[in-house]
Amino acid sequence: MQPALTSPVKGKLDRALARELRFAVEEFNFDYAEVLDRGEIESWPDFFTDDGVYRLIARDNADYDLPLSLMSCEGKGMLKDRAYAIAHTEMFAPRYTMHIISQIRVTDFEDQIITAQANYAILETLIDEPTRLLQCGKYYDKFLMQGDSLLIKERRCIYDTVLVPTCIVFPP
Amino acid sequence: MTNNARFANGVDEQGAADISDLQWPENPSEIPDWVYTDQRIYDLEQQRIFRGRTWNYVALEVELPKPGDYIRSYLGDTPIIVARDEAGEVHAFENRCAHRGAEFCKTYRGSAKQFVCPYHQWTYDLSGELVSVPFRRGVKGRGGMPADFKLGEHSLRKLSVTCRHGVVFASACEDMEPFEDYLGPDMLDQFDTVFDGRPLKLLGVHRNTMPGNWKLYQENLKDPYHATLLHTYLTTFGLFVAGNKTMIMTDPKGRHSTLCNARPQGRPENDQSKTEIRSFHAAMELADPRVIQLIPEKDSPWTSNAITLWPNLVLLRQTNILGARHIVPMGPNQFMLIWTTFGFADDDTDMEDHRLRQNNIFGPGGFIGIDDNEAIKFVQDGLLHSVPRHGVAPLGQDEEDSDVVITDRAIRSMYRHYREEMGL
Repeated sequence: MQPALTSPVKGKLDRALARELRFAVEEFNFDYAEVLDRGEIESWPDFFTDDGVYRLIARDNADYDLPLSLMSCEGKGMLKDRAYAIAHTEMFAPRYTMHIISQIRVTDFEDQIITAQANYAILETLIDEPTRLLQCGKYYDKFLMQGDSLLIKERRCIYDTVLVPTCIVFPP
Repeated sequence: MTNNARFANGVDEQGAADISDLQWPENPSEIPDWVYTDQRIYDLEQQRIFRGRTWNYVALEVELPKPGDYIRSYLGDTPIIVARDEAGEVHAFENRCAHRGAEFCKTYRGSAKQFVCPYHQWTYDLSGELVSVPFRRGVKGRGGMPADFKLGEHSLRKLSVTCRHGVVFASACEDMEPFEDYLGPDMLDQFDTVFDGRPLKLLGVHRNTMPGNWKLYQENLKDPYHATLLHTYLTTFGLFVAGNKTMIMTDPKGRHSTLCNARPQGRPENDQSKTEIRSFHAAMELADPRVIQLIPEKDSPWTSNAITLWPNLVLLRQTNILGARHIVPMGPNQFMLIWTTFGFADDDTDMEDHRLRQNNIFGPGGFIGIDDNEAIKFVQDGLLHSVPRHGVAPLGQDEEDSDVVITDRAIRSMYRHYREEMGL
C-alpha cells in the first residue's frame, strides 16, 4: 500500500481566507450528503457545473495509475443518466445510507476554483440486517465559486474499501 | 506425508465428509438447495473441481509484463501468486509459506526478485522454489536444520500453468490436457473473439464480495431469460433483447458456454417480445448516449459474447467493453468477484476513453452489475432463510436449436457436468 495522493496545503493561501473557504466547502458537503442520504438521487446532478466530472475510484487502481472508475460521469448529461438509472431502471433492495464527512481541508484557491479534500464514510442499512460500513474514502475536489455558492467542477472519490460489499448503488 | 511441493490431485484427496444424506432429485430440471449452502459440498468442490481436472483462470499476462512482476490471485479459495521469472516464464504457486503457513504476499501486485516470508525469512525464487533459510547450520554449530534437510523438498506448492493469447490458467493437476482441448474448437473460437492475440492494455480491477454461492454466478451468465427481464438498461437500449439474433452454445461436456447476441441499430421499439418485458422503459432516453455507442472493432457477427469457462471465469465482451471476471469462492454462502477490465495496447486515446466511459455498465457500481449482484444476494437470502426445496430450471429443451433464447439449457448442462465431476 502506498500513501494516497496527498497535496500539501499551499503556503500562499491566507489563513483567514482558508478558514472561510473551508466553512463554505463544509456547508456544501453537508448539503450534498443530506440530499443523497434522503435518497433524492435525481437532485444529485444539481451539485455539479455543466461540465462537472465525477469519478469513484478504487484506491489500488489510483495507486497503480490504472484509469478505471467504478462510476464515471463527464458532464451533466452523464450525471443525469446515472441518476435516472438509479431512480428508475436499476434493481436493488431498499436501503438507507448515511454519509459522515470530516477532515475538510482547502489546499488552493485560484481563479474562483477551490481545491479541497475531505474524508468520507458511508454507512448502509438494509432491511433486517445490521448496519455496515459501505465505503470509506477521500474526496479530491475542485469547486467553482460563484458569489457565495459552490458547484463541483470535479469530484474524485478514492475509496480505501477496495473489496466492495455486494455493490454500490448511490454515488458516494 | 511429506511437505509435498504439489497439491495432491484433487480427485485423489482423502477425508471427504459423508454426504450420503444428500440425494439429487429425480427430475433433471430440479436443483437442490444444498448445492448452494452445504459446507461438505463446498469442501468437495474445492477438491474435485478447483483442485481437480480443470484449468482455472488466474491472471492476464498484461498484469505481469516484466520479469519479476507478480500478482496475488486464487485457485478456488486458495491464495496463490502468479509471477514471471527472469526468463519470462509465468509461474503459479501457493501463497503460503512451506514453513509455518504464513500467507506472506500481502500486496495486490508488484515486482520482486524473490519472495521472503517475513516471519522467519524463508526465501523463494520467482518460480516458488525455496532458495534459502536463515540459520540453516544454527549458531556456533548448535541448532539449525537437521543435516538431511533439503531445500528442494520445502518449496511452495506449485501449479501447472498455461497461457493463451495473454490469459493465464493454472491447474493443480500435473497431467492436464492442453487448454485448447479443454475448451474444444467451438468454445476456443469464442475465447479468441475476446482475446484475439493482440497485446492488451490493463485499465483497472474492481473487487466485490457477493453474499451467494459461486455457482449462482456461473448460472447467471448461462441464463438469457433473466438478461431480457432484469436488466432494463439492456432491454431499453437494445443491447440484449429477446428478439435480437441470439446464439447459445455449450461445449460437448456442457461445462463451458457462450451466449451471443447481435444488437440491432437503434432502439427495439418494434420488438414483439418487449410487451412481455415489464422492465422496458419506452420513455427512457439517455442525455449522453456515448455510454452505449458501438464502435465497430471486431470481425464478429455478435455485439456481445458472455462466455463462461468452467469453473471460475466469465468473459464478457459487450459493445466495446472487454472484461474477465474471476470467481473466487469464499465458503458456501459467499464469493469474491474480481473484475479485470482491459482494452488493446493499440487503442488510441479516444478508444480508451470510450471503453472507460462504457464501463459504467459493468462492475459492482454498474448499471447492469448492480442488478445482478443484488439478484444473487436475493437468491442466497431465500435459500438461507427458508425451508429447503428444490429450485427449477425448466425452460426450453436439452436438444434444441442454438438460437432459442428463453431457455435454461446451459444451466442444466452445467449441472449434468457438475454431478459427474462431483460424483453426485
